[in-house]
Amino acid sequence: MSRFAYVAVLAFVVIGSVWLEIALRTRVFARVRRLVLTIVPVAAVFGVWDLYAISRGHWTFDFSRMTGVVLPGGLPLDEVLFFVVVPLASVLTLEAVRSARQWQVGDEPAGSCVDGIRGDSS
Amino acid sequence: MTYTQISILAVAVVIVLDLGVVRTGLLRRRVFWVSYSIIATFQLITNGILTGFRIVRYEDSAIVGSSTPVDAAPPFLGDGRIAYAPFEDLLFGFALVVLTMVLWVWLGRHDVQRTPYAGPPRLALRRSPRSRRP
Repeated sequence: MSRFAYVAVLAFVVIGSVWLEIALRTRVFARVRRLVLTIVPVAAVFGVWDLYAISRGHWTFDFSRMTGVVLPGGLPLDEVLFFVVVPLASVLTLEAVRSARQWQVGDEPAGSCVDGIRGDSS
Repeated sequence: MTYTQISILAVAVVIVLDLGVVRTGLLRRRVFWVSYSIIATFQLITNGILTGFRIVRYEDSAIVGSSTPVDAAPPFLGDGRIAYAPFEDLLFGFALVVLTMVLWVWLGRHDVQRTPYAGPPRLALRRSPRSRRP
């Protein structure tokens, strides 16, 4: 298999989730600053976990099927992309479910009704 | 610490974070569990590819099950594995998803681009409830 096997899986995740922005109007890309402020800490925390796991030999990679780009400390670029793509897909999914069902997520102003989403009065 | 121990700890940390520390309360909401079910389904597929084809391999000293074999795919189910991946990966994924959503909602609560809210859908994913016919 090619060295883009891992990245192809990530591409599948991106393709499988970005259409929600259009079809369900998730408006995640209209809130890019919030998205970046969400992804950066998550990628940092899980990147540290990954580095620790790699250093202790918890898991290893088949570099013949990855980009081959490795960051200092032994963290493959593919893994860094994973920690960006998966949080993005997660936020898109959450906002897609909110859009489809109009369920509260928890960021609505108290006691208000915005865009058909009733605020949390509790 | 082993992968098993860290992944259990990570799940405990995000639960305490959501319910106790920042009090986003996502774990009490239907929207979270429906979203997580969708994400977990896709995790089983994509992670199954990464682990079944042994792009990522695991060491038995770190997980409950055995090491990824050198010359064959790991078991699909059993020996601590679910869809080729160590069950610890599901804990890892749960922690990753909860941390992401907690941060996202927490930022919105603190008026970091709280709006525009999602919706309404352009594409109806279900029939409108009880379309009336004369």
